[in-house]
Amino acid sequence: MTPVPYRVRSRRPDRADTVTLALEPVTGPCPRFLPGQFTMIYARGVGEIPISISGRGRTGTLLHTIRAVGAVSRALCLARPGDVVGVRGPYGTAFDVAGAAGLDVVVAAGGLGLAPLRTVVRRLIAHRSRYRRISVIVGTRTPMTLMYPRELARWRAAYDLDVQVTVDHPDHAWPGPVGLVTKLIDRIVFEPRRTAAFVCGPEVMMRAAADDLVARGVPARRVALSLERTMKCGVGRCGHCQLGPLLLCLDGPVVDYERAGGLLAVKEL
Amino acid sequence: MGTRKSRPRLAVWKFASCDGCQLTLLDCEDELLSLAAEVEIAYFLEASSAPGPGPYDLSLVEGSITTPDDAARIRHVREVSKHLVTIGACATAGGVQALRDFADVREFASVVYARPEYIATLATSTPISANVPVDFELRGCPIDRRQLLEVITAFLAGRRPVVPSHSVCVECKLRGNVCVLVAHGTPCLGPVTQAGCGALCPAFNRGCYGCFGPADTTNSRALNAKLRVLGMSDPELVRVYRTFNATEEQFVQASEEAGG
Amino acid sequence: MDIVVIGSLEPLVVALQTAGYTVVGPTVKDVAVRMAEISSAADLPADVGDTQRPGNYRLTERGDGMVFGFAASPDSAKRFTQPPRQTLARMRGRTFEEPREEAPRVALLGLRACDLAAIAVQDRVFLGRHPDPAYRRRREALFLIAVNCAVPGGTCFCVSMGTGPKATTGFDLALTELAAPHRFTVEIGSDRGAQIAAAIPHRPATPDDLAAAEEVSRVAATRMGRRVDTEDIQRWLPAAHDSPRWADVASRCLSCTNCTMVCPTCFCSTVEDGTGLTGDVAERTERWDSCFSLAFTELSGQPPVRSSALARYRQWLTHKFATWYDQFGTSGCVGCGRCITWCPTGIDVTEELAALRGGTEGTSCIR
Repeated sequence: MTPVPYRVRSRRPDRADTVTLALEPVTGPCPRFLPGQFTMIYARGVGEIPISISGRGRTGTLLHTIRAVGAVSRALCLARPGDVVGVRGPYGTAFDVAGAAGLDVVVAAGGLGLAPLRTVVRRLIAHRSRYRRISVIVGTRTPMTLMYPRELARWRAAYDLDVQVTVDHPDHAWPGPVGLVTKLIDRIVFEPRRTAAFVCGPEVMMRAAADDLVARGVPARRVALSLERTMKCGVGRCGHCQLGPLLLCLDGPVVDYERAGGLLAVKEL
Repeated sequence: MGTRKSRPRLAVWKFASCDGCQLTLLDCEDELLSLAAEVEIAYFLEASSAPGPGPYDLSLVEGSITTPDDAARIRHVREVSKHLVTIGACATAGGVQALRDFADVREFASVVYARPEYIATLATSTPISANVPVDFELRGCPIDRRQLLEVITAFLAGRRPVVPSHSVCVECKLRGNVCVLVAHGTPCLGPVTQAGCGALCPAFNRGCYGCFGPADTTNSRALNAKLRVLGMSDPELVRVYRTFNATEEQFVQASEEAGG
Repeated sequence: MDIVVIGSLEPLVVALQTAGYTVVGPTVKDVAVRMAEISSAADLPADVGDTQRPGNYRLTERGDGMVFGFAASPDSAKRFTQPPRQTLARMRGRTFEEPREEAPRVALLGLRACDLAAIAVQDRVFLGRHPDPAYRRRREALFLIAVNCAVPGGTCFCVSMGTGPKATTGFDLALTELAAPHRFTVEIGSDRGAQIAAAIPHRPATPDDLAAAEEVSRVAATRMGRRVDTEDIQRWLPAAHDSPRWADVASRCLSCTNCTMVCPTCFCSTVEDGTGLTGDVAERTERWDSCFSLAFTELSGQPPVRSSALARYRQWLTHKFATWYDQFGTSGCVGCGRCITWCPTGIDVTEELAALRGGTEGTSCIR
């Protein structure tokens, strides 16, 4: 439970309230991580929260994309290069990207949910030939809140990925679709029974997307969600992150819809 | 201290209250010197008769608003304060003087004062937050010394103070008290009262009398049922909820549930 | 030397103290049996009994000189295995310090079989997939002396949970208190237990001693105040999430957290962050938390997941009796009955479970 000191190597503002921090241990190498895993990041004196790893930086740093919503995330978003934060982990289960080999792949993101899925897409791209059709569908509140727009454009252009974005509230310049991310499922091509899906976003969005995919015939066990609950420890001893039988820090955050579907359907579980 | 750039300026204000809460600051004997090194105590009539001018970085406000003058003065305090924290049940919930809200204050005045026409008072005693925006509210009658220090240190560090809103029962168990309701049959408002006092009264085998106001989640109907089993009458129930935090919504409900 | 007999506890207390242990045992304080440091066997509560009912605990006078003649006290071993507050880490400048305080060497005298079972449950939580070194240090510094229950309380149901009343494992020494003449059989459960036993005056147990001790446990097992049908509970209880009984119990639940705080296995905690006045040091402190706290499931910018008392009670009971198996391979309940006795409004988990199970079989579960 003692954090390891990490230095903020760089800080990149993504959106008005969102930054990506590149973190590296003050001494020693960066740990390995799997797509979908998280670390517990500690802001001095303020607190510690779980944050998904959103990628590996150029110098091997751990990238974390953080939105300022609470006291800790606000403090982390204000961190400056050179500042020291505490990091524990990586912890938790991962998206089984390799398990999608030979299948169509649907990556469905809502808002900041694109952050952990970015590591999934990067793995897919790194071994593009192993997978069949790859679709990345993204829902976001407004064009201004879209995460990683340049990267999305690069994916679309360079790697034979079908990348589509929908917004809840368009501005005058928005040329694309409007509505929920589930709307985009109609517009992508995949063979449901031979499809793996990776989903991350607000819980309502994930349930809607997963229900839609399963209704079209994607096996629920191949629809992976990244779930979020309060976490104080990350190692299965604080009890906060329970979802029925699951301790999401150990059994999650990535859980397949076969297990998660019934649990998420129970109100206030 | 001359080497420091500038210390945050602290002010302590008094409205309708007994001074007990601001005295808590002076009670911080062990920490007072280091506190004075970290903040400039610029306005604190209880401790110094030389008030420094505003603006202030942190204002601690004691007392409730009961007169037209005070209603104007609290707006001034808000204007000259970057950060405003209310301290104690009066400032946070209206205090014991908010019992007037359940009656006719003119009638009180006519009974108490020989010349009630000289009394300029409002019909209600309102918490500071009903008059101006408040950055943080510290509960208790009086406030807890450690919680006051926590609020000030959190302010200095720019973090949220650790002031949990759960019931007194949590603190009772942390402290290792035996439950006076269960083991002694002593009526206790702990299960519906916010922690913060360190479970002081139960530690001395007294029931909690709710001076920190309602916890974040309460079930006074269930507690009242238990208190009736322990022999409390409905008028007694009404009376225990109508003390220092009488106008807090959950305590109003609790007393109304008992016929108040 | 498997089972021996001692005539007095004083040499045992002295031997433990000589071995460097602080001896903690039952004492009477604030009109309750409390686990506290004892300096001699004379501090033990001779003649004290108790009656325990839902939401009600009273001491009684026994008049027979027995010193362990009561059921579970409000204190379990949890305070010693998992302290209410503990410092996790300090940040000074840019470095972190892990406090490595030496665990106090404590001999807990008078634990019941349910308490030992609870320690075994906590071992699975804290020494599982991410073992906690601080817990391990504290645990290894504890010397555990069980006393086989002679008089289970009105809220006890260890027989249903398969954890008692006789201590069978997890102790260094296990005593059975016998009358006429007043004496104790001592069963040795570990090497260090054997060392302590060897250091005090004792005689071998006779067949009569052994028979008398067996009789104590046999009779105790017939005197459970409560029972729970655990058959298939891991399946049917989570499935009963829509039972109307939850609203019924929520109407009586104070959300006060008392049940979880007195529970010897409830392990939930939160972390509080602090800074000193001068800001040189930032500290992280773990403290007991409860799934009944409203803030327990709070995510920034969203309402708590379990906003209703109904959902919080359902979480606690379902976790304790069912989903605990999924997470830790065991039940979370050891049948000590503390949650029943110390619930201010007297909610009885055994009654709730019976009603919930009844509800799953189609009978009405509304009282």
